[in-house]
Amino acid sequence: MSQVLQGQVALVTGASRGIGRAIALELGRLGATVVGTATSEGGAADIQAGLEAAGIAGRGLALDVTNAVACEAALCDIEKSLGVVTILVNNAGITRDNLAMRMKDAEWDAVLDTNLKSVFRMSKLVMRGMMKARTGRIINITSVVGSSGNPGQANYAAAKAGVAGMSRALAQELGSRNITVNCVAPGFIDTDMTKELPDAQREALQGKIALGRLGKPEEIAAVVGFLATPAAAYVTGATLHVNGGMYMA
Amino acid sequence: MENIEQRVKKIVAEQLGVNEAEIKNESSFVDDLGADSLDTVELVMALEEEFECEIPDEEAEKITSVQQAIDYVTAHLKK
Repeated sequence: MSQVLQGQVALVTGASRGIGRAIALELGRLGATVVGTATSEGGAADIQAGLEAAGIAGRGLALDVTNAVACEAALCDIEKSLGVVTILVNNAGITRDNLAMRMKDAEWDAVLDTNLKSVFRMSKLVMRGMMKARTGRIINITSVVGSSGNPGQANYAAAKAGVAGMSRALAQELGSRNITVNCVAPGFIDTDMTKELPDAQREALQGKIALGRLGKPEEIAAVVGFLATPAAAYVTGATLHVNGGMYMA
Repeated sequence: MENIEQRVKKIVAEQLGVNEAEIKNESSFVDDLGADSLDTVELVMALEEEFECEIPDEEAEKITSVQQAIDYVTAHLKK
């Protein structure tokens, strides 16, 4: 595919590793100027280096998506220096797995705050520019777990299902302004997040995947890239499952 | 320099795609000029830009007619 996103600014949260990193590189390959966020300065520097190595315009940015003031300042700064963000990929996410019986309020709150509330916050911040531009793509990275459920992840499943519902509401609110809102729901992808799982659980999960293997971050990024391009202009309010047949909706 | 009333009406006409001649001071954006709720949000955004001010959400919700917009801008415009 050629540089179909030339001239557009894409913001990808949680872009220092795994799926987010692959998405940032894919959007850059498609021609977008890419701003990737990480929670640490080191992570931001890694993103910057990765973009530069790939010859992609843009930069890494240290940003805690749960910090409302910092998010607003960051958006303001990006719009001033690079232009209006017309592609937002809400990818940043955390896990605090625990059985419900043992789950602390803090574990519930941390996951809901980062994985759900921040997605709304970032989306709200880019809406004004997208509405004026009469174009925009909000792409939220959810999870198969938001549809299938998973023991030990009541908080994560709730947040991801919440994002899917929110996306459908936003898709209806913003459709008349040519802004699409979609979700990409990865299955079991080979990243740091899934490396934390115990071996027994990894093997059990792998046995449920029709394609018999874990997914690669690039295989998620390809679908996100598609949703960002003009080819996906008529797709909105959808969740695209990319899970190797682990869960079939 | 056009007065505030003319500037407000011009923006309303542009945002809602209506003829300026049809816009009266007492016109309601939704009831008379065919705006939907998202149009009114965009209209407030356009007013903010034109008059270089920030209209807080709780104030913005009260601006439902041309006259209310004129009144708000007149009261808050930077001198």
